[in-house]
Amino acid sequence: MTRVALIGLGKMGLSHLAIIRTHPDADLVAVCDPTAYVLDVLTKHTGLKGYADYRTLLDEEELDAIVIATPSRFHAEMVQAALERDIHVYCEKPFCLDVAEGRRLAQLAEAKGLVSQVGYHFRFVAAFQEMKRLIDAGVLGRIHHFRAEAYGPVVLRPNGSTWRTSRIEGGGCLYDYACHAIDLVHYLLGRPPDAVGGTVLNRVLSRDVEDEVYSTFFYADGKTGQLAANWSDESFRKMSVKVTVWGSNGRICADRQEVQVYLREIAPQAPELAPGWNVRYTTELTSPVWFYLRGEEYSAQIDHFIRSVKQRNPNTLCTFRAAAEVDRVAAMMLNDAQGRNAGSLGAARDLLH
Amino acid sequence: MQRILFGDNQFFGVNHMSEDKARAQAMRFPTAGSVIEVLDAAYDEGIKVFMCTTHERIRDVCDYMRANAERYKDFQFYPCMPYGVKYANAVTEHGALGALKMFLPQEGALGAILRSGVALARREVKDLAELLIDAEMKMFEGLSTPVIFLQNLATDLLLGLGFNEAFRIFAEHVRNRYQAEPGFITMNLPRLLDVLEDLGLENPIVCASINKIGFRMCGGIEAYEKAIATRTFRPIAMSVLASGAIPPREALEYVCRQSGIRSIVFGASSRANIRETRQLIRELSALQPAPLRVAQG
Repeated sequence: MTRVALIGLGKMGLSHLAIIRTHPDADLVAVCDPTAYVLDVLTKHTGLKGYADYRTLLDEEELDAIVIATPSRFHAEMVQAALERDIHVYCEKPFCLDVAEGRRLAQLAEAKGLVSQVGYHFRFVAAFQEMKRLIDAGVLGRIHHFRAEAYGPVVLRPNGSTWRTSRIEGGGCLYDYACHAIDLVHYLLGRPPDAVGGTVLNRVLSRDVEDEVYSTFFYADGKTGQLAANWSDESFRKMSVKVTVWGSNGRICADRQEVQVYLREIAPQAPELAPGWNVRYTTELTSPVWFYLRGEEYSAQIDHFIRSVKQRNPNTLCTFRAAAEVDRVAAMMLNDAQGRNAGSLGAARDLLH
Repeated sequence: MQRILFGDNQFFGVNHMSEDKARAQAMRFPTAGSVIEVLDAAYDEGIKVFMCTTHERIRDVCDYMRANAERYKDFQFYPCMPYGVKYANAVTEHGALGALKMFLPQEGALGAILRSGVALARREVKDLAELLIDAEMKMFEGLSTPVIFLQNLATDLLLGLGFNEAFRIFAEHVRNRYQAEPGFITMNLPRLLDVLEDLGLENPIVCASINKIGFRMCGGIEAYEKAIATRTFRPIAMSVLASGAIPPREALEYVCRQSGIRSIVFGASSRANIRETRQLIRELSALQPAPLRVAQG
């Protein structure tokens, strides 16, 4: 049994907790949160052991692995403390905000041979995995463009006041929503962009952070892509992420539910696909999980982590190294939007305001 | 419990297979009036139970039913609470405590406790849960609600956390306050049955995905079939068509063949679809041997 503890009992923390507690190979030994009423209710009613301070937890419990689901500004110190004690770490996204710090932690995990994973759960959505399989097989031919979109209802009124509406805590549409799309594009195309341009970070309702993000990605091989994210769009019942990739032999469009493939010509790598439209749905693509809470992908990513720890396999589907790259691209986009790139649209915006 | 129950996913943009399809459906039902039109069709086709989430738009449907009590005298609601997206969005926007405050009455001792942010005693957790249930049930005042469900997001979260006492609190409050039967919606049927049995909740009403392709049937299709055939509970099959992945006749054949399944919940947007599904269920149910009835003492 893998001995696991969890820090942070917010929405993601509770969700992970429920999933880990049912995992046949995991033993959830303790939880940690500084909020007394949450910790108290949970420990009284579920028999879990609770800690208010994560250092005490790390000092007193014998752990194989830890799941960190706190606001992002706490990630670096917690991850560091766990790695120093040779504990495998799963950390929620966005990873570190400070790119150098993220890379340093990735380096530390790699040097120690520890398993690291970050909660970019869209990598575990069957439809996107199928899309990646087809792209990697070369079905689309030479890829020349993508569009990645993330929309949903987070900030729908002015004056929200949680950590999500504070930039230094990892809030804002860029870190909360756009990062998922950035990571998904890395996953699908195999690498981050070489440059970004025309980045727009607009406030619609929030006082301190952006509510919508638009940017163009450039790759050294001539490929380009566009990213759009808006977390103030309640016409989407919940967060919705969609990616379309164009290649010389057609295009693939996927979201959580389905993969739509249009091929110009039959691809020998995937003879099951006909020229023209091919659609496959989540109902046929998704593998069963042992426990379902909010979507198979949330269970699948925890299972992947537990298995990787058991096998001491540090090459998870979303390592600290990969997540630090997302933070790096987010930082490039921030710089671009603030007009620090000569001739960028950000600079033009400053002139207008 | 009625054999055929009418569901509500189609009204609120929920489709497990296609976001485009879900959106197209949501566009068809922008108002309570458009929902009522379909409910009328179902009612006239003899389907008298509406199993629905406590979505804001249902409040208007309830107002309409109350205002036309004579026409809908046999109409029953099976409310499913809470409407998870509403809470999840509120927690994201306001934090856990802020969300609780939003959904609870402002006055009273509990409000003071929450405002202070200190730990809650066992008794207060029960009070809090009851207040949340009452807040969700307010819209159904004066209407028939013989079965009240805990939504799968809540059921499965509590199940995963091991917060088993919550199921008892829910069941007791629903029985005592609303003279209704508690029901539980889950994606993890075998695991939930074990917990409900340990709690002594006898012959529970449990609604779960039950379909021929094993979609969202955690624990595996064989475990589900075995549980339905051998355990004492009242199963309701949902996601029978797996959002359209299985053709209707084939899908309903699979469910109707299992005589232990008490009810089937399905959603449809047109009278023609409602009639077709109802006729199929009746036809296929008639082909099956009657369920063995154990004499109740």
